Amino acid sequence: MQRSSKDIWVGLFVLLGAAALLFLALQSANLLSLNFQRTYEVTARFDNIGGLKPQTAVRSAGVVVGRVQSITFNDKTFQADVTLSLQSRYSFPKDSSLKILTSGLLGEQYIGIEAGADEKNLQPGDTVTATQSAVVLENLISQFLFSKAADGSTPQQGTANKK
Amino acid sequence: MTWWKPADVGFAVRSKLAGLGVGARLFVRLLAQAGACLRRFALVRDQIHFLGNYSLAIIAVSGLFVGFVLGLQGYYTLQRYGSSEALGLLVALSLVRELGPVVAALLFAGRAGTSLTAEIGLMKAGEQLSAMEMMAVDPVRRVLAPRFWAGVITLPLLAAVFSAVGVIGGYVVGVLMLGVDPGAFWGQMQGGVDVWADVGNGVVKSIVFGFTVTFVALLEGYEAQPTPEGVSRATTRTVVVASLAVLGLDFLLTAMMFSI
Repeated sequence: MQRSSKDIWVGLFVLLGAAALLFLALQSANLLSLNFQRTYEVTARFDNIGGLKPQTAVRSAGVVVGRVQSITFNDKTFQADVTLSLQSRYSFPKDSSLKILTSGLLGEQYIGIEAGADEKNLQPGDTVTATQSAVVLENLISQFLFSKAADGSTPQQGTANKK
Repeated sequence: MTWWKPADVGFAVRSKLAGLGVGARLFVRLLAQAGACLRRFALVRDQIHFLGNYSLAIIAVSGLFVGFVLGLQGYYTLQRYGSSEALGLLVALSLVRELGPVVAALLFAGRAGTSLTAEIGLMKAGEQLSAMEMMAVDPVRRVLAPRFWAGVITLPLLAAVFSAVGVIGGYVVGVLMLGVDPGAFWGQMQGGVDVWADVGNGVVKSIVFGFTVTFVALLEGYEAQPTPEGVSRATTRTVVVASLAVLGLDFLLTAMMFSI
């Protein structure tokens, strides 16, 4: 191959392009926070997963300790089976409870783990049943209206009984 | 041509179809020359120097100014909803997903595409391509293919430079001039831009645009009328066809990549 003085300039150009891509990947995107550590899988059953998606964060005390792997529907128990992959360096007791929480009032939903008191830890492949589902706004409203209606009817029943 | 005469309409349709066929055959020939170009990489390297290094100035300066404008407009719009901290995310996503590949491709079509078309057209007008064929040198392999593969290699790099310089431009306007918190600027950006889904898809887009723009430029040059007027018309057509193709493909690719 013929050598030419243009080699250096072309090399510099390619290096600049690669550096730009690297800058975008590291500074602008989340390459550094991608976890290459080992994880173990735990399954959880929820009545309602709300807005959970795969790759949603699993946090304990606010720190990300894992990600949601997959979400499937179990048509034997009619619940959602959520597979979590938790980082191997964190272990949780067997009776830990999972809740679906929202970060901020209208923010993204995530799974919060609250550690239990068991001596034995969660093993890969375990199923967690102590779960609290996502808050569904319609259920809250109907609950509120129902309790208001119940409060409103009791004084009248008292006066009817007296007669 | 007279549109009310069926013979003229038929002739026009047939010649358009024939043009499409010629284009398709040239595209396949260019793709098939990949191995030959790798073996004579000096030709490709010279073309990368011509197409890439000389386009760097316009790409970098345009990227800087696009980043400035994104920072400014984004700040004033986000501030109305109290979300000015998301400026970094807005600038980075706009650039990496859309503006980087598309604007770099449009600038490349204007700067490098026209010079390619003019060069090939003038070689055709000066009968250099026919002379090469007389010497049993395939002009597609010797002249067109190195330029084609150089363009395919160059455009993704230029688009990356555009996006990176644009992000820096957004930083300069947002943080240094308008007072957005730098931690929030970079932090929200890093939390919201995914390497594979956003940056990766942007790179795929710029590779597709590289194929498109370079191919259109070479085709127009190769099929130009061998007169000065023909070359100038071919150059204009390069910019128009390449720009429309880039924008149309951008819509298709965005629909395929970013819809849920």
